Amino acid sequence: MRVLYPFIAVLALVAIAFLGVKVAGLQYLFGVVFPYLAFAMFVGGFIAKVLGWAKSPVPFRIPTTCGQANSLKFIEQNKLDCPSTFWGVTGRMLLEVFLFRSLFRNTKAEIHDGPKLVYGSSKYLWLFGLLFHYSFLVIVIRHMRLFVGHVPGFLHTLEAGDALFQVGAPLLYQSDIIFVLAATFLFLRRLINANVRYISLPADYFPLFLILAIGITGILMRYVLRVDVVNIKQLAVGLATFSPVIHGEIGTVFFIHVFLVCTLMAYFPFSKLMHMGGVWMSPTRNMANNSRMVRHINPWNDPNIKPHSYADYEDEFREFMTGANIPVEKE
Amino acid sequence: MPMYDMNKILPGLIIFAGLMTFPIWYNSGNAGAVPKPEKPTNAKECVRPTDYMRTSHMVLLNEYRDAVVRDGERGAIKDAGGVEYDEKSLMLGCMKCHVSAKKFCDECHTYAAVKPYCWECHIQPKETN
Repeated sequence: MRVLYPFIAVLALVAIAFLGVKVAGLQYLFGVVFPYLAFAMFVGGFIAKVLGWAKSPVPFRIPTTCGQANSLKFIEQNKLDCPSTFWGVTGRMLLEVFLFRSLFRNTKAEIHDGPKLVYGSSKYLWLFGLLFHYSFLVIVIRHMRLFVGHVPGFLHTLEAGDALFQVGAPLLYQSDIIFVLAATFLFLRRLINANVRYISLPADYFPLFLILAIGITGILMRYVLRVDVVNIKQLAVGLATFSPVIHGEIGTVFFIHVFLVCTLMAYFPFSKLMHMGGVWMSPTRNMANNSRMVRHINPWNDPNIKPHSYADYEDEFREFMTGANIPVEKE
Repeated sequence: MPMYDMNKILPGLIIFAGLMTFPIWYNSGNAGAVPKPEKPTNAKECVRPTDYMRTSHMVLLNEYRDAVVRDGERGAIKDAGGVEYDEKSLMLGCMKCHVSAKKFCDECHTYAAVKPYCWECHIQPKETN
């Protein structure tokens, strides 16, 4: 059920877009109104979510320490895995965000006869996760050629690099293949690995199905069904210049693709996909382990409550302490 | 409610909003010219219907190229209206009607940022304007 319902939900989205455009003829709704709404929800929702997080104070240093902390001079510090400076944290964050370093450390636990618990390295999640995210990034950037009137040089370079092997016409993009393969791996991993399947929820499967469906409709549109790119670009540039026009015939598959992307954008701020913003804000990664060098004061401390040292405490209660035979430091 | 670490979060959000709205500020309201490929004067029908040619001409060209280069088949083609063309050929076939690559092919290709590699093998005819 946890797999089936999200799958049905994505099929329903496809059906809605198909019927809406093919039967009801709502090209303007699906091509203009929904994209604007979804984009506003995406950017607005993303910012609102991050600002919401910013309201939570993180008063204490809680970095996950994965190496030797800064200590005595003759003990070598692991500057990336237990950073105590701004640059150490920066290095750790950049490696985390761009290379998924913590996934690289992923281990698998297996129970063998004995019973014996064995830990081993497991790099598949890291590898396919990285491939998935980077091919997704390349695909998103590549789509910008449809949104800008004058296409800047770096998009041409990216395009040429992505279609490096010049297979077929229209040229085959490597990112398309890698994207579908990697997303399929991420899905099968949830399905086949019993431990991961146990903790997987509809909220895990839905974005996977949605993203796969976006990839498949996009691939269909480019290599199989084919649509009029000039008409589509006119609409896309129109959206970006706030003067959208739907000109001529555009295949229904385009509207299905766009509707799925709209769903993804609208759903984004309310879902686990917010790890895009969250990865930058995870206190277990972005804090320096410097609590022995800097005094961190809890921001919600009441300023009226003054620090009360033990010496002051003893001064206040000395009579009672000596009366009760409690030893005191100062007689 | 106070917000914390805004000296880092705010620049981050500004960068995010800037990247996400890239097409909007990059275009700054200018949608660019819509391509107007020059139509041939000597024929009314192409080898396939216009709708097909608009979306899938590259598939046809790819098939012709494979047939000619790999199998040596330069067979005659009939168009939708039954008019026969001599051979499968870019420069001696297609370009008999679509005379100018600049005014026909490049119009849409430049607009959609597509760079076919025809002229890596063919020698592009010189065009004066």
